[in-house]
Formats: sequence, C-alpha cells, structure tokens
Amino acid sequence: MIQVTSHKSQVTRIAVLLLFILLSWVVGRGSWVCYAQPVSSSELINNAGQYDGKTVTYAGEVIGDVMRRGNYAWLNVSDGKNAIGIWAPAGLIQDITLAGNYKIKGDTVEVSGEFSRSCPEHGGDLDIHALSLRKDASGSARVEKMDPDKKNQAVILLGVLIAVWILSKFLRR
Amino acid sequence: MILKPHREDIKIIGYYLGKIIFGLSLAMLVPIAVGLAFGEVNPALDFTIGMEVALLCGLCLTRACFTEKDLNWMQGMIVVSLSWLAAMVLGAVPLYLSGHWKSFLDTCFDAMSGFATTGLTLAQNLDHMSYAHNFWRHLIMFIGGQGIVIVALSFFVKGFSGAFKMYVGEARDERILPNVIHTSRFIWLVSFVYLILGTLALGIAGTLGGMKPINAFFHGACIFMAAFDTGGFAPQSQNILYYHSLGIEIITVVIMILGALNFRLHYHLWMGNRREIIRNIETRALFITVMATFFITAVGLAQAGTYPQALTLFRKGFYQLISGHTGTGYQTIYPAQFMQGWNPLSMVGVICAMALGGAVCSTTGAIKMLRIGVIFKALLEDIKRIILPERAIVVQKFHHIKEVFLEDKLARSALMITLAYLGLYGLGALAGMFFGYPFLESLFESTSAAANVGLSCGITDTAMPTALKITYILQMWAGRLEFMSIFTLIGFFVAAVKGK
Repeated sequence: MIQVTSHKSQVTRIAVLLLFILLSWVVGRGSWVCYAQPVSSSELINNAGQYDGKTVTYAGEVIGDVMRRGNYAWLNVSDGKNAIGIWAPAGLIQDITLAGNYKIKGDTVEVSGEFSRSCPEHGGDLDIHALSLRKDASGSARVEKMDPDKKNQAVILLGVLIAVWILSKFLRR
Repeated sequence: MILKPHREDIKIIGYYLGKIIFGLSLAMLVPIAVGLAFGEVNPALDFTIGMEVALLCGLCLTRACFTEKDLNWMQGMIVVSLSWLAAMVLGAVPLYLSGHWKSFLDTCFDAMSGFATTGLTLAQNLDHMSYAHNFWRHLIMFIGGQGIVIVALSFFVKGFSGAFKMYVGEARDERILPNVIHTSRFIWLVSFVYLILGTLALGIAGTLGGMKPINAFFHGACIFMAAFDTGGFAPQSQNILYYHSLGIEIITVVIMILGALNFRLHYHLWMGNRREIIRNIETRALFITVMATFFITAVGLAQAGTYPQALTLFRKGFYQLISGHTGTGYQTIYPAQFMQGWNPLSMVGVICAMALGGAVCSTTGAIKMLRIGVIFKALLEDIKRIILPERAIVVQKFHHIKEVFLEDKLARSALMITLAYLGLYGLGALAGMFFGYPFLESLFESTSAAANVGLSCGITDTAMPTALKITYILQMWAGRLEFMSIFTLIGFFVAAVKGK
C-alpha cells in the first residue's frame, strides 16, 4: 500500500514537472511570436523620457507622403491623436501603397522599433527607427459625392443674394 | 461730457465695413479655384456658401449705410476693429462646414488665429483636410499679415483720405511711400516676389526630401504664406516636424526672419541701401535680443539634458526660439515636449522671445524691436543725465531709416504700448491659472496668443474651457491691432450707452 502511494506521488511529480516545462515552453515561445501591445502616441510623447531608447510597438494610419531618402524612408503614422515619424529601411515599406489625405484613408501599419525622444541621427526629432513593420489593413480611396444639403444651401443663398441686390437697386431708385 | 455717436457715424462705419467684407468675400474665390483644381466638390461648395454669406453681409451693409462721406479718425479705428471681428466670423463659415472643428467657437478661434497670424489651432484630423480648406487657413494668414484693411485698400479702394486712418488702425504707423495706397501695394509686391521665391525653394526642398512634387509645392506655398506672415499654421498636424528635413527648417528660418523685418527696411534693401540693415536700431535690437534669449534657452536646455548633443540642442533650441521671437510659431517638437523635455529656464527664454517680437511695420505681433530700442535709449539718456554735470545737454539719437532724435513723447508712447502688452500677457496668464493650469504654462500660452506667436505647450486644445478660448481670441485680436482701435471701439460703445 505504501509502495503504491509513493509510486503514485512520483508519477504526479513527473507529470507536474512535464506540465511546467510544457507551459514554460508555450509561454516563452508565445511571447517571442506575438507583437507587444501597441503604445499610443500620447503615451509616447508625454512619457518620452521613460520610453527613450526602448523598443516599442506603435500602430496607426500612414498619412501624407512616404518620403524616400536613399535606402530609407520617412513615414508619418497617426493613431488618431498625434502622428509620429517612423524611419524605416526601404525594404520594410514595400507593402505600403496608400498614405492618408483628404481623399484617401491610408494603410494601417504596426511598427516595432527603437523610440527616441531626441534622435541624435535626426537632429533631435522624436521618432521611431523601425525594426519590423506589418501592414494590418489596406487603405482605400474615398469617393466624394456632392452633398445635396450643401448644394441646396448654395442655391438658396444665391437666390437670396440676387433678390437683395435687385431689391437694393429698386429701393435706391 | 461724452457725446452720443450720431446715426451718420454708424452709417459711415457700416459702409466701409461692408466694403472690406466685399474684399474678404472675393478672396474666397481662391480656395474655390483650389478645390475645383483638386476635384474637391464639397470643399468648393463650402467656400461658395461662405462667399455668398459674406457677399450678402457686404451688400446689405453697403446699401443700407450708403454714404459718400470720408472717415474720421474715430470711425477709421472702429472700422478696423470691427473688420477683424467680421473677418473672423465670416472667414470661419467655410471652415466650419468642413466638419474639422468641433464647434463654431473653435472655428472662430482658428479663423482669428489665422487672420491675426497667431497659429494656435483647434482643428481636428488636420491630416485629412482638403487642399481647399488648408489653402484658406494659410491664405487668411497671408491676408491678415498684410492687414485685412490693406487688402481692401490695395485692390478695392481707389484712394481717399480715410485710408491712412484705417492703415494706422491696423497697427501700421509707418508709411513707406508718401501715398498709403502705394505703400499697401508695395507691401503686396514684396510679399508676392518672396512668395514665388519661397514657394520654389520650399517646393524643391520638399521634392528632394521625397514628397510628391504636387504636394511639395502646395505645402511650399502654404508654409511660405504662414512663415513670411509669421503665422504658424502648417498643412499637417505635426507642423514642421512632419518634413524631417534640415533644408526646410533652414528655409523657414530665413523666411521667418524676412517676415519679421520692417517693410520700410525691405524697401531700402530693394533700393540698394544695404548698410541700413546694419545701422537700423530694429535689426540691432533683434540681433541682441535673439542672442540673449537663445543664451537663456540654451542654458536651460543644457541643464534639462534633453538634447545631449550640442548640435541637436542648437537645432531644436534655436528653431523654437527664432520661431517664437519672429512671432511665427512653427514647431519641430510636439507641444507636450515643452513640458516634458524643456525646463522652466528654457521656457522662460522662449517666453521672453515671444513677448518681444519682430519689427514694427512687419507682420509680427508683440512689443516689437523699435519700442525695445527706444526704451533702451531712453534709459541710457536718463543714466547719462544722472552721471553728467547738471549743465550738460544730453541728446539721444537712434537710427531708424534716418537719424531720429529721441523725444519724450516717443519714449512715452513706446512705454505705454509695452506696458499694455505686458498687461495683456499677464491677464491671459491669470485666466489660464484661474482654470487650473500651472503658472508657467499659462504664461507661455497667454504670451503666445497675445503676441500672435502660435507656439503651444499643450493648453490650446479643443477640451480647454470655453472662457479660455474666448480669452485667447480677444488676446489675439487686441495683440494684432495694438490696442488703439480696440480702445476706440470700447469708447464708442460706452459713448453710445452713456453719451448725451
């Protein structure tokens, strides 16, 4: 009876140990594969000293122009609150096709890179030097349709303007 | 005894106000053309509506108040101060229709900021704004920088003696040429020549920096208008940081300095009198104050340790400093960085620079260099009087285009305006503190608004209290017009209520 119990406890110990090793492996591997949670632009700007020199993940819409400079390029990525400059090797930005403006919603990207509150390479700019970049969603062109309300307002105002002008001429006589 | 204004006074004011509104409405043709050129239908409609509203107001005023009489001093001053308020409201209409502002008050804030060449903004989602609306934001800076009334004087008024009264009312007491209309046209000529050169330089720099040429030249034109008129708006939310370009920073510094110089000095430089730039009291004062305030800022930044390298410290420190001193407000840092990375000493350096401003008869706001020079000379004269024997005759002179004897009247006037500005900065800071903001931040933002600079340390936000928005609007208005026309307007209303 005693022997059976000690055997059982040995099996349990081995099972627990294996489970621990398995869990450690899964957790460890998991953290290596997954992207870290993106940090907001406000968090980065307001706590720039805290994040200085650290690898951060930042996500948002590419806006304005993708400015190529030799083998690198500047992207400005906006998370809706602020836009932050991303300095990326040209190879990383090949998937980016649309940058946001009035008529375009730009590609959404997630960037992982080194954050600088005053980048020595770029004249003290607050920026992120991209180490990896992933396109999360493609942008799209916005088809602009004439707003009927605005059109009606413009026509009515034109009518009023002409009427006042004629009336003023008539009254002056 | 205070005399109640006559009905005739109101008619004259209304008539000339209507004329200026006409001028403003016609300026909206430009963004309509920009909108159509870029295939932006709804923005073009926004400006059509805005233009129709302005035309309607102008038509009603000129017809209802028709007169052939000329303006007197009081009427001229009131026309000017009301013109700026009318321009703010009417200029805000097409912007509000774009949906980029949360309320009409926020839009009025931006319109006043634009016309007064301040540069503080409450616009939302600026990175997705249409070309037409963006162009209008910068065009109103160009119009406001020259002076709204000057636009009307130059293009829509054939010449009348009341022109000079309105010209003075817009804080321009110096005539470059004998005729005020010719002076206005010369100011426009200088501005257009620089506009072409500046747009080309910025467009080329932008294209070389990787921007699409169409965007580079569009941004170039916008940035020039805001930099030369010491405004501070930019087409993108990151302001000048968007470009990540040393070339654009250098070009904008040159344009900002050109904008901060007296138009009379420009005239003399154009006429080949290059020595004037060295001899002029304003350029000397500007050089000394830039050096002094930059020294304060640089020591502060070195203490803060935000920029460990000397070159980055100079690039960031000098850019914000010169931007503040010229009254432009362009930034290559985020507003919050002033609070996070700059220590109080460096902020004091920038506040002093903002408070001082550029030259008189330029597009800058604030106390201005001529007054600083005159006050310094007056102080020097008083010290000499104390040191020298009582019988000695002390005569103080300074060089401003010509040799000028320093009279007590001149010194008193300079001191009065300086005190008025200091009071305005202080009142705005008090208002900021009243709403719970710390002293230094409140003083920074208040000075920026009242001196028509546009640098922000983060207080200016759509979430700030309504009363503070109104305070800043009033500060921008008073600061741009240098008080006299506003005091006259207040006096007019007091006379209307209490007069007999």
